[in-house]
Amino acid sequence: MIVDRLSGKSIFITGSTGFLGTALVEKLLRTVPDCRLYLLTRPGRTSTAAERIQKEILKNDCFELLRQTYGERFDLDVASKIHPISGDVMSDGLNLGDQDRKLVAQCDIFIHSAASVSFDSPLDQAVAVNLCGPRRVAETVIASRKDSGVTKPVHFIAISTAYVAGSRRGLSPELPLSETPFSIELDWHSEVRAARAVRDDVELRSRDPKNLELFRKKAVNELGAAGVPVLVAKQEKLRTQWIHDQMVSAGVARATSVGWPDAYAFTKALGEKALLEKQDEIPITIVRPSIIESAMMEPKPGWIRGFRMAEPIIISYARGLLKEFPGVPEGVIDVIPVDMVAAAIIAVAARGPRQDSPEVFQVASGSRNPLKYATLVNHVRTWFQEHPLYDSDGQPIMVPDWSFPGRGRVQSQLERTSKFLRALEQATGMLPIRGGQADFIVDIERKRQAVDSALGYVELYGTYAETDAIFTIDNLLSLYDSLPDEDKDKFSFDPALIHWESFIREVHLPSVVQHARVKTTPTKRTAKSRSDRNLALILSEERHLAVFDLENTIISSNVVDTYAWLATRRLPKLKKALFAIDLALQGPSLLALDRKDRGDFLRSFYRKYEGARPQRLEEDSQEFFNAYLLKKSFPAAIDRVRRHKSLGHKTLLITGALDFVLEPLKPLFDDIICAELELGENGLYKGRSLSIPPTGEARASILAKYAEEHSLKLSESIAYADSTSDLPMLEAVGYPVCVNPEPKLATIARKRGWHIEQWDKAKGLPPVYLPIGRSM
Amino acid sequence: MSPRPGFILEVDRSTPPALFWHGEGFRLEKLPTGSRVIYPPEPLEAMKDPIAAVTHALENPVGDSQPLSSLLFPEMRLTIAFDDLSLPLPSMQSPDVRQLVIEQILDMAAAKGVDDVVLIAALALHRRMTESELRHILGDRIYDSFAKMGRLTQHDAEDPSNLIHLGLTDKGEDVELNKRAATSDLLVYVNVNLVSMDGGHKSVATGLASYKSLRHHHNVKTMVHSTSFMDPHNSQLHSSNWRMGRLIRDAGVKIFQVETTLNTNTFPESFSFLQKREWEWKLRDRAAFIAASTALEKSPPWLSRKVLHSIRSPYQLTGVTAGEVEAVHDTTIKNVYRQQLVEVQGQTDILTMGLPYIGPYNVNSIMNPILVYCLGLGYFFNMYKGKPLVRKGGVLILSHPTRREFDPTFHPSYIDFFDNVLSDTTDPIEIESKYENAFATDPWYIHLYRTGHAYHGVHPFYMWYWGAHALDHLGAVIVLGGDPKTVHRLGFLSATTMSDALEIAQSFVGPDPTLTHLHSPPLLMADVK
Repeated sequence: MIVDRLSGKSIFITGSTGFLGTALVEKLLRTVPDCRLYLLTRPGRTSTAAERIQKEILKNDCFELLRQTYGERFDLDVASKIHPISGDVMSDGLNLGDQDRKLVAQCDIFIHSAASVSFDSPLDQAVAVNLCGPRRVAETVIASRKDSGVTKPVHFIAISTAYVAGSRRGLSPELPLSETPFSIELDWHSEVRAARAVRDDVELRSRDPKNLELFRKKAVNELGAAGVPVLVAKQEKLRTQWIHDQMVSAGVARATSVGWPDAYAFTKALGEKALLEKQDEIPITIVRPSIIESAMMEPKPGWIRGFRMAEPIIISYARGLLKEFPGVPEGVIDVIPVDMVAAAIIAVAARGPRQDSPEVFQVASGSRNPLKYATLVNHVRTWFQEHPLYDSDGQPIMVPDWSFPGRGRVQSQLERTSKFLRALEQATGMLPIRGGQADFIVDIERKRQAVDSALGYVELYGTYAETDAIFTIDNLLSLYDSLPDEDKDKFSFDPALIHWESFIREVHLPSVVQHARVKTTPTKRTAKSRSDRNLALILSEERHLAVFDLENTIISSNVVDTYAWLATRRLPKLKKALFAIDLALQGPSLLALDRKDRGDFLRSFYRKYEGARPQRLEEDSQEFFNAYLLKKSFPAAIDRVRRHKSLGHKTLLITGALDFVLEPLKPLFDDIICAELELGENGLYKGRSLSIPPTGEARASILAKYAEEHSLKLSESIAYADSTSDLPMLEAVGYPVCVNPEPKLATIARKRGWHIEQWDKAKGLPPVYLPIGRSM
Repeated sequence: MSPRPGFILEVDRSTPPALFWHGEGFRLEKLPTGSRVIYPPEPLEAMKDPIAAVTHALENPVGDSQPLSSLLFPEMRLTIAFDDLSLPLPSMQSPDVRQLVIEQILDMAAAKGVDDVVLIAALALHRRMTESELRHILGDRIYDSFAKMGRLTQHDAEDPSNLIHLGLTDKGEDVELNKRAATSDLLVYVNVNLVSMDGGHKSVATGLASYKSLRHHHNVKTMVHSTSFMDPHNSQLHSSNWRMGRLIRDAGVKIFQVETTLNTNTFPESFSFLQKREWEWKLRDRAAFIAASTALEKSPPWLSRKVLHSIRSPYQLTGVTAGEVEAVHDTTIKNVYRQQLVEVQGQTDILTMGLPYIGPYNVNSIMNPILVYCLGLGYFFNMYKGKPLVRKGGVLILSHPTRREFDPTFHPSYIDFFDNVLSDTTDPIEIESKYENAFATDPWYIHLYRTGHAYHGVHPFYMWYWGAHALDHLGAVIVLGGDPKTVHRLGFLSATTMSDALEIAQSFVGPDPTLTHLHSPPLLMADVK
């Protein structure tokens, strides 16, 4: 009896916060009431190992059944059997404390389940976790037992993957890799060294001036004239991302060069090899599951943790985004429910190690109860035809028919589409449009991302739909056959027990759809939309300060308009016309200067006021306000400023516009921070501003200083702006709002979930093509 | 040939479709057989020599008043107040009648050696006029000699330094007026009496008053009990202004009132078809109608608006009277009635009217939805004496595009009123109690009123109160050809065609309703028996 054999045992488990690990811990606690579990957990940045276990394992819905059974005694009877061990499989000696080392030495069974499971891990990370990890854990166990003088029997179970077999056809037996045909002799030590060297090399190359220039261009392209700090942060982020991508490609390249589809399978395979060298010092068993999917029965049908490999593909398909996926229709998709894997591991643990040589168990369905790719696709399609997802208009989404094309064709098709959309995105991004008009650019971007992620799935997982390997499970079945009937009931892991149709249709898909939080009903959204919720937060009395940009946020106008209007108001008609022509000719160069550096752009306009009479400008500005600015204002923006005021928020305008122009706007805000011109001794303006134009990061620091002086919290403040040059200010506050954003800002706003307002000028007024001054 | 009086046509099968104003355009609507169409009287003949008439009036005042020249003396403070550009509609061709009168007053004052003369535009809570508007009303000569010296001002109802509280009426109403006007040795008021609610004590008591004073009669209670406010004998608005006027007189403010009346020669030659009865249209009228309506329809609204607002009316003087306020106004009202009154027998189930592009508060600007409401339910509905044209519980059908368009310079508080108040309620009493104070005292609106060209923050509320009596009286209001969303926000029903509108109306007034169409322009006032 499994329960009897494990009763009273101390079991050390790594990777318990993972999908399989959580299932394993739950199953052990539920079926073997008096075992003790020592869970190696890496402390988080802000939480201890114990807190992580509480939060990430015990709070998971996996434990609902246990919580129901034990009720209030859950903590006392169940959780008390868990002992957190703070440590990290990435460090030698696992970073264990002395006390914990002693505890580890006393354990009877070690289950190493920690892994970097993502197929697109960077090479060195996969090496550190998957290749070095198992051996490192085993070495630590051996050493600590030696230190404490423990000699009692011990069993080391390493969880690997069936795909260590690599990209091959035919049978793949339950044997250490070195004993299988076609195995390649690789020195894992050199692979470890090489992976580190590649990292160093990529780090170096990322600092190559050519690459740095590339990152800079990309950052500018994405953010525009957002100011140095923001651009610099973005560049550094792009560099880090580049390194990551390079390391991922390096992983795939090395893996495929030696016969594995990706870095995951490759490092897992070498990990087995490195571990098995320790077989003489500790008895080892290797368990190799295939693709682990949601639970068939326990702790509840459909239980799943995290969004795994097949799920995003299924959801993309159901949403009509993934039109094609490669695969061989008669090929076998080797999927295994998580509860079967957990049960098999427990059975292996209970049975104990084979003393003379390492033993391998494969937990896979392909050889005993194969699921054909075409069958899977068929079930998925018919299920979504019966239970379609709905788009935001409440219309059901029709799922496409897959024609099982070759991987190459799908891939190149997707690549072409992605390339085209990217070019389109770039071209349209250069158009001087904003607000509602810019929506279609965001649309293109969204489509491109959908295509890119589809491409990503095809590249990453394409091989798994084309694998022809059949994983034998003779060892597993003989273990199963040796179990008494009672154990077979409690710990069933015979893949023949899976009824694929009901598993897919009744267990897996409903769970996937539920986890993906997609729309499964045709009703239009009745609950408050995200935008309404955002607005409620913005207009809450708890906020402190609302800061506004002026141009294109409150008024659809700019310093060029202002200057042109004021300069022409008192000109005779003919001169007005000449001025207009001249201004129109300067247009493109002005636009370019504005894109390059907002501060220089403003300064060039301040210079134009040299020699102007303050009193006359004041009078003209009043007329300009009534005849031009108000007509080009966004009434909703003015209303919003007043709303904030009435809610008791402080209201502040920060702008590069000049003080005399803003005089009529003064009563609208509590405070205005703007540009002021220096006054000469002759009483006329000099063409210079008294201070640095409040743009970009200067604006953010002015805001920070203002908030500090008035004891206002920026995290409780709202900023309204329209352009990426305002990013520093938007990022500085807790509640950024993008008003009629230009395409670049719209994209950023959407990604970060920032509130967007589309505010219009008052309708019905004659259009103004040139800002030429005339009295009302 | 003397002008023909008003006329009531009974529609039969041969009657051509009736002309409806429809904002910046027109509609021709075939009315059901048996409907009545009320046509206004033709324009009265003009006074032969307006300048001589003005001189004569100034020197031969009515009531208890001396001739103007004998009231003027060298050391005096003389203030001349005048109606703003909300009158007449549309603005009249130059010279404006106010220019004629004021030029003569100024000549007399100059002859008498009066130096301290100030002109005040009696705005009440209306927007400040622009330079070109003032030049149009006063002429360049007056403008240039007064504006630069700061002697041409526009009444500022929010300037505490230039307001004076004269006391309370026996009904407890505050009387607070423009200080310069109230403390002058003589206040001459120059009015244009377009409709019967204008003039009399209302000129000073309203035109030169503060919000504190105005709120006593510009409120829902007064308006519901003014049936109608165009009929002085049944208007609480009138009574309140008269109480205030007498208090002003008793407080020692010396007023010399000059009132003028115009005929209804509203449109120049190219639009003269508007003033004719459809079955009398000649080929030229038809051609002009087709040309005008096609051009207006094809143009964007802002362009049509620009064209229409540039029309100057060839109004002509039909009367000018000067002297003591009440005596002057009696004569004036007779002149107004002589031009506008049409006798109508009995009320109707359904009243139809077309609303034009212009009302008192959107000269050179947009007729926003709230002004549409006010023009229909406030002004045109109240153009009656005796009983309303439409029976209690009857239906009013207005034709107007009613777009959601506002002028942010002139009508800023209207935008917020439409967005934030009407979205909550359209009930005048609730609006008054819940929102008026906040809008009336809002510093931003006050700022825009005082330094810009904005109507006072409370002004849209008055527009809504103007319609309170009609709302109280009517079973339903249907807007024909309006933007449905905007129309619903106003609390009205919306219909695309006249037959739809009539069908909807029947669900309120029952089958086989009687229908009366108020034909305008020009203006008319129904004397319902």
